[in-house]
Amino acid sequence: METNRQYEVVFIVDPTADDEEVARLTESFKQIVTDQGGTITKEESMGRRQLAYEILHKTEGNFMLLEIEGSGREIAELERRMRVNDRIIRYITVRVDEDRRRAEKFKAKRARKAEKRSTSQDAQKRPAAPAPRPAEAEEDAA
Amino acid sequence: MSTNYEDRGRRYNNNDDDFDRGRPSQGRGGRRMRRRRICRFCIEKVDIIDFKDARFLGNFIPERGKILPRRISGNCAIHQRMLAEAIKRARNIALLPYTTD
Repeated sequence: METNRQYEVVFIVDPTADDEEVARLTESFKQIVTDQGGTITKEESMGRRQLAYEILHKTEGNFMLLEIEGSGREIAELERRMRVNDRIIRYITVRVDEDRRRAEKFKAKRARKAEKRSTSQDAQKRPAAPAPRPAEAEEDAA
Repeated sequence: MSTNYEDRGRRYNNNDDDFDRGRPSQGRGGRRMRRRRICRFCIEKVDIIDFKDARFLGNFIPERGKILPRRISGNCAIHQRMLAEAIKRARNIALLPYTTD
């Protein structure tokens, strides 16, 4: 079964770009994704940040985050566009659905464990009270 | 309660008081203290380590920009792997340095 994949795409726009240009670029990327059949689940500006190291002699950048859901084909197109665009100085795409599913599993496991623990405590309490029962049963049998 | 361990010549410190009367377990160099290893991610029940949170990841980046080894941080293998992955991603998009000199 083909299930939808989720991706996080972070890209850095040239520091000389103003807010408007960043918004315009983001808009165009969103357009590309939707054209290819993907959906944007989240859009967030991470703001202007200092780069940890120089990229193309630049020390700052505008960080943008997009969360995309789709088949994976739109990512190929998006990455191609970003590679060609020289206002984008760096991008990274991370597939997150698998990690998230794994996290869910851990969570469920913990919940189950917690439940088990609480029920086993109940079980410890219970035998104390109905302990005499087996004796009665034996008498009945006899 | 820790007597079993001491018999084997190892030391696990359960509390900081042990540190003062601690004798080095092995080696001449002396200061070989073994701290109980605690994975802070396990305690906080972290399932996903976000690569975008540079300030948090910075806790695991010592002076040189390297990834803090497990033997120092005490992280469990699963979480150390997740952490390393997150740090590498953060480096890629210049949130963290590859090296600092």
